[in-house]
Amino acid sequence: MAITSKDSDLNRRGFLRVSFAAAGGLIVSLYLEPRFALAQEGVTQSQTPPARKDFPPAAFVNIRPDGKIVIEVNRLEFGQGVQTSLPMLLADEMDADWGSVIANLAPAADVYKDPMFGIQMVGGSGSIAHSFQQYRDLGAKTRAMLVAAAAERWNTSPDQCRTEASVVHGPGGRSATYAELASDAAKKPVPTNVRLKGPTEFKLIGKKVKRLDSRSKCDGTLKFGLDLDLPGMKVAVVAHPPVFGAKVKRVVDDEARRIEGVRDVFEIPLAKGTGVAVVADKFWPAKQARSRLKIEWDMTEVHPADSAELWTMYKELSQKPGNVAVAKGDASAGDKIPAANRIVAEYEFPFLAHSPMEPLNTTIRFDGDRAEVWAGSQFQTVDQMAVAEVLGLKPDQVTFHTEMAGGGFGRRAVADSHVQREAATIAKRLRGTPVKLVWTREDDVQGGYYRPMHFHRVEVGIGADGMPAAWRHIIVGQSITADTPFASFVVKNGVDSTATEGAADTHYNFPNHHVWAHHPKVNVPVLWWRSVGHTHTAFVMETLIDELAQRAKMDPIAYRRKLLKPEAKKLLGPLALLETATAGWRNRLPNGHALGISCHESFGTGVACAVDVSIENKRPRIHRATLAVDCGLAVNPLSVESQFQAGVGFGLIQLMAKGAITLKDGRVEQKNFDGYVPPYIVDAPIAVDVHIVPSTEAPSGCGEPPVPVISPAVVNALARLTGKRYRSLPLVSI
Amino acid sequence: MATYQLNINGQRKEVNVDPSTPLLWVLREDLKMTGTKFGCGISACGACTVHVGGVATRSCIVPVSHVGDRPIVTIEGIGQDSVGRAVQDSWVETDVVQCGYCQSGQIMAAVALLKHTPKPTDQNIDESMGGNICRCATYPRIREAIKNAAAELTKGGA
Repeated sequence: MAITSKDSDLNRRGFLRVSFAAAGGLIVSLYLEPRFALAQEGVTQSQTPPARKDFPPAAFVNIRPDGKIVIEVNRLEFGQGVQTSLPMLLADEMDADWGSVIANLAPAADVYKDPMFGIQMVGGSGSIAHSFQQYRDLGAKTRAMLVAAAAERWNTSPDQCRTEASVVHGPGGRSATYAELASDAAKKPVPTNVRLKGPTEFKLIGKKVKRLDSRSKCDGTLKFGLDLDLPGMKVAVVAHPPVFGAKVKRVVDDEARRIEGVRDVFEIPLAKGTGVAVVADKFWPAKQARSRLKIEWDMTEVHPADSAELWTMYKELSQKPGNVAVAKGDASAGDKIPAANRIVAEYEFPFLAHSPMEPLNTTIRFDGDRAEVWAGSQFQTVDQMAVAEVLGLKPDQVTFHTEMAGGGFGRRAVADSHVQREAATIAKRLRGTPVKLVWTREDDVQGGYYRPMHFHRVEVGIGADGMPAAWRHIIVGQSITADTPFASFVVKNGVDSTATEGAADTHYNFPNHHVWAHHPKVNVPVLWWRSVGHTHTAFVMETLIDELAQRAKMDPIAYRRKLLKPEAKKLLGPLALLETATAGWRNRLPNGHALGISCHESFGTGVACAVDVSIENKRPRIHRATLAVDCGLAVNPLSVESQFQAGVGFGLIQLMAKGAITLKDGRVEQKNFDGYVPPYIVDAPIAVDVHIVPSTEAPSGCGEPPVPVISPAVVNALARLTGKRYRSLPLVSI
Repeated sequence: MATYQLNINGQRKEVNVDPSTPLLWVLREDLKMTGTKFGCGISACGACTVHVGGVATRSCIVPVSHVGDRPIVTIEGIGQDSVGRAVQDSWVETDVVQCGYCQSGQIMAAVALLKHTPKPTDQNIDESMGGNICRCATYPRIREAIKNAAAELTKGGA
């Protein structure tokens, strides 16, 4: 790990700007040129950064006169813990008193763009990985300026000063608090080159630090986007078409308008098709009124998707190679292997909704030449531009507040910003009056933007040594990024890597390895869903490898270690650690219990998983899960642990009997949590122990990597109990 | 519209609303008490759990007209109760929350459990917490926090 930042992008491309805060105190802002301007307004990768505009008075650090240190968080907090972990990085390098740190979710501004992606966003498990150097650098530079101010005051040199807990100590027992020094420090030049701490100097980084937002989330005081209340605010709901893209032909709204508190009913364009908006004083009358609308829909221009038909089409496509993702060795090598040593496996994965606990919502006030937006957004830059476009404004005329969000899992990162566009369309008509658009749970479950359905067909030829000699893999599923500005980064040779990741780049060593992809066009909007392609590819890879290990009569951990390439250190380390961590129970399970193993690397983080599973009430009961993780340096091990302890439970929706979105004649068959049922406490592992491989390598993500490993581990255990291999999800029966 | 006198967290509150309005929306929109959350509207997720007459209740399906004079306790008031405070403290100490949106309901369900069952088994927890969804799936730490709160509350006692 680099301990100085002299070569970082930050120094070459960024600079600090210092100003006084309105209330006094020091504000340090770091402005970055994005590595690349992400395709905006349909423009693809640009070599030259967009012209710098006047930046808002944005800042990362504000040392207040009362000693509180406010640190701006450049991304959405929606459970993943960045509101605590990013300030830890800055505070550690700054030697700030952690008890005085207040974290704030920053609004949309160029300064808060992700240093790697070039837009302000959460995705790709990149929050810590991408901002690790950035936040440390900011902290170290702020500290250096405070020290410079103290040294000048005491007529000494900075190297005679040391810092601890928001205090600069100088020779002769002199000391000054950061708050006392802030105004002088603000006048100091921003150092271009600062030394960052080495691992042994860390006071916060690498330590288990509790979340800053716990208490307010436990006493009801924290305000999520949906909790926003503005003077005179109205609430809107929208009747969406029953088939994606359908349009309103005729609406009868007399009954709806008679509900007390209803203010307006009108047709609006949607990202796909049209709908009818109902605006009321409060949510309940708005919802009541919507249910009384009589809408006739025009379906003539939309193709009604149907799950049963899609499976037939996908299966047919899987019989022939598609666009080439991997072509290594001889594609016909498997044909030369005796039939008895070949496995043909076909897998089905349904559409999945993200269904974050806080239903989707956005509040907007449009004042003619300005607008203000409040949204729990993973895509501030994109959503801000969309609102501006709908309202006929420039993005910098749209103040975009980042609201705390109740989960998201990808659902708040939508390239077409359809929720914000709906809200903006309504706000435009209500000019001057703030309006909160609320999606009900039904809107969410039926509203599309799902993890795409996928069909996999794999033909494995097994060599004499029991190891796979030939692996032919065909993946069929919609491209998530097709028709979005992201396609230029993600789609190569007609292959969308978000569909093949985890399979095409497997760390298993197959002498002959071929992967093809088909991306049919289907009238169902699809989206990245926490861990994206790995949700299905890891399941295919890890269940098949497990089957091969069983056929070879080898230990499932030993088989994987033998098959992995030697350079797959992020999996070999965790597997070795898993072996040690489970030594006490792995081979001593009670009757009726079985062990399930899996391992998978995603977003740069390697995970090995062991589960102890029995069958209760015809469902898997997970008594225990042990996880071994290599995520580089664990910035906040408590947060890493919690992402893994809970993230595996999130992944288990794939195994729920009703863990699927299905369509019949274009209509989504599930409506709410009674039809699309996520895991409850009884479905999650009773206990999860997480073991982190010690590392000083740069940190990699932890938001998504827990998800892929759990489902294959559980069905691998079930296979040992029932003798059956499970290849069609959801797991309707065992 | 009709007028209702409600007893919420020990205080009298008067609201003038449509009788069909669920208690959840009276709390959130008329009384501006947004700690109680909207998750599904069909009593399937438990995010809206409050105590009505001491019973954990899904406020999203209880019309305000059905509440009567039964006392209502919400997440904003549960800290005044010793069990409630212990559960909130245990949640913070165990670092349970992630997105946190469901946790008001989880805490209200856990307090109801511990009031009836001071030393719950895993099975008691499965049963009492079995209707509350956490999409982050913080379930292992919810279980741990309930056990920690139970230990704290029964320390030195029975």
